Amino acid sequence: MSDFIAEALQMVPAEAPDWLSEQRRRGWSSWKSSSMPTRKTEDWKYTRLRALEEGAYLDRAECQDPSSPALTALRDQIHITGLDARMLVFVNGFYSPELSSGEVVGNMEVVLFSEADETQVETIRSHLGTVADRDKYMFTALNDSWLNDGVFVHVKQDRKVTTPLHVIWLTVPQREAFSLSQRLLVVMEAGSEATVVEHFASNEAQQNSFTNGVSELVLAANARLCHYRLHLEEEHALHIGGVHARLDRDARLNSFHLGLGSILKRLDVVVRHEGEGAHCDLNGIYLPRHSQHIDYHTCIEHVRPHCTTKEVFRGIISDNARAVFNGRIHIHPDAQKTVAELRNKNLLTSNKAEVDTKPELEIYADDVKCAHGATVAQLDDYALYYLCSRGIAREHAQVMLSTGFINELINNLQHPSLGEYLKPVLGGLFAQQVTQTERAE
Amino acid sequence: MLSIKNLHATVEGKEILRGLDLDIGAGEVHAIMGPNGSGKSTLGHVLTGRQGYEVTAGEVTFMGQDLLALAPEERALTGLFLAFQYPVEIPGVSNMEFLKTAVDGMRKHRGLEVLDSVSFMKQAREVCKRVDLDQNFLKRGVNEGFSGGEKKRNELMQMMLLEPHLGILDETDSGLDIDALQLVASGINSMRDSKRSFILITHYQRLLDFIEPDHVHVLGAGRIVRSGDKSLALELEDKGYGWLESEAV
Repeated sequence: MSDFIAEALQMVPAEAPDWLSEQRRRGWSSWKSSSMPTRKTEDWKYTRLRALEEGAYLDRAECQDPSSPALTALRDQIHITGLDARMLVFVNGFYSPELSSGEVVGNMEVVLFSEADETQVETIRSHLGTVADRDKYMFTALNDSWLNDGVFVHVKQDRKVTTPLHVIWLTVPQREAFSLSQRLLVVMEAGSEATVVEHFASNEAQQNSFTNGVSELVLAANARLCHYRLHLEEEHALHIGGVHARLDRDARLNSFHLGLGSILKRLDVVVRHEGEGAHCDLNGIYLPRHSQHIDYHTCIEHVRPHCTTKEVFRGIISDNARAVFNGRIHIHPDAQKTVAELRNKNLLTSNKAEVDTKPELEIYADDVKCAHGATVAQLDDYALYYLCSRGIAREHAQVMLSTGFINELINNLQHPSLGEYLKPVLGGLFAQQVTQTERAE
Repeated sequence: MLSIKNLHATVEGKEILRGLDLDIGAGEVHAIMGPNGSGKSTLGHVLTGRQGYEVTAGEVTFMGQDLLALAPEERALTGLFLAFQYPVEIPGVSNMEFLKTAVDGMRKHRGLEVLDSVSFMKQAREVCKRVDLDQNFLKRGVNEGFSGGEKKRNELMQMMLLEPHLGILDETDSGLDIDALQLVASGINSMRDSKRSFILITHYQRLLDFIEPDHVHVLGAGRIVRSGDKSLALELEDKGYGWLESEAV
């Protein structure tokens, strides 16, 4: 087996802005002193990194020709009708002005780290790496050590931005397996409002990329952020990363996550309530199929009193796929009057599908209201029969029930246009699955 | 239209139907009554092909076809409809999507053109009005959060849209207040014609005050123990089922 820790250090990019060097150095030393997780590492108990180690993702990402047929096709696919967003597109980690579009919105500063002016650099430096803990999340350390660019989003005090920002990271295959880094920093000043859609997509199943992604969201007092992180990458696109958010007093974060298949996908979603009265709605859907593996680890830190969390994750696991869900809610001693709820529901559509779910409540305050629950089930036979008794073919009924299971979350998205965009994509996925099952039978 | 001969069926290894015979002609309304556990609901589920309801003997012919050889969806397409006693709630699937999928399938099967969304919507709204359901119910998840009466009316609405040859109503009257009962009854009556038949499974005679049956059967221990005209229902109302059971033994 290869030594991925050492190999990854070989891939540190040569060039980067000077002001990032401190961050990179810290990342480097933190990553260097870490070791690859084993079965005994609690946080990685059900997720092996063999695919990463064996895949030899040793090449660097290369800038791609935006007019290539693969990218022209993707361009149409990624556009979300009705969202009316400003689109910022990256291909294999490189910003693509040709594929990006939309008006620059005056209320929202969006700039690449490499192009930031002095004032922006100052703001970035004071926030970057303060939310995502590199010592706790080793792949954040790797992201830090590879840091040479990123996207900085800044909304100033009391500015309300109505045009969503749609940041798209595309991967297309390169000749040799390669690695790339994604980094986003969103700084919402007090009383500001915005929507950021993070969207990952790839053009075909035969991917050979490993993406290491880290997004940091900083919400000052009373700021509101509607955030989406959509992982629509195909089969062989590995992704390890996370979203780390910090909420100050009365801030509100609405964060939605979608994970479609990949042979290895691990996402850590961490939200820290650091000001009184902060609220977070955290919802997610994961849909591994074939031999895919998706792992969502969420962690909500209730540090201060009077904060609330509502978290719902749902998964449909098919074929030989495996899902891991770990939802931790940690109520610190000072966090009185916390109200937190975590629900995880899983649907297994095949005998070989597997899910390891673990909701975890850790409570150190005595005056709190907390609830959690996890269920694992199969498609309801009685509901299937009901649909069939109306003349609906069994296969179609299965698709309807699967879709219905996740539609409860999709229908409640803050931006209905996103729901309209996702429904046919997911519907197509289930239909495909049914056809395959039929063939197998 | 429907001919059942010596039907035996088990559920979870327990024999529920024990040699049931029933013939239903086109345009007829049959009421099936009987005490709890006599097999009334089982009959409905066996006819529509619910999993786990195993036929161990007998035959059923429906519209000239061997009904028992068909999958549940094929039975529905052939024109069989069961209004469920306990309709299923399916959150996330809108009632509209469900109804359109079902009606589209039925129209295709009957060689009719599939309705576009606008025309279907119009039709669905009209039917909504006929069963006195607010149009908002079309947007909601299938039966999601519907009250008992609303669920029953939703069943009726599906039947009106699917226009079956034979409608089996499994205790559609249970849990309805008198207004809702009259509404459901008049809905069913409006669908009666010389070709369409109904089986009304019920505990109570009062439904039959509103829908006049051609035949009344009493089910006891998985067989029909007595058949008659509507006066039989009145007699049952008066005497209960006890006298029949002792007679049957």
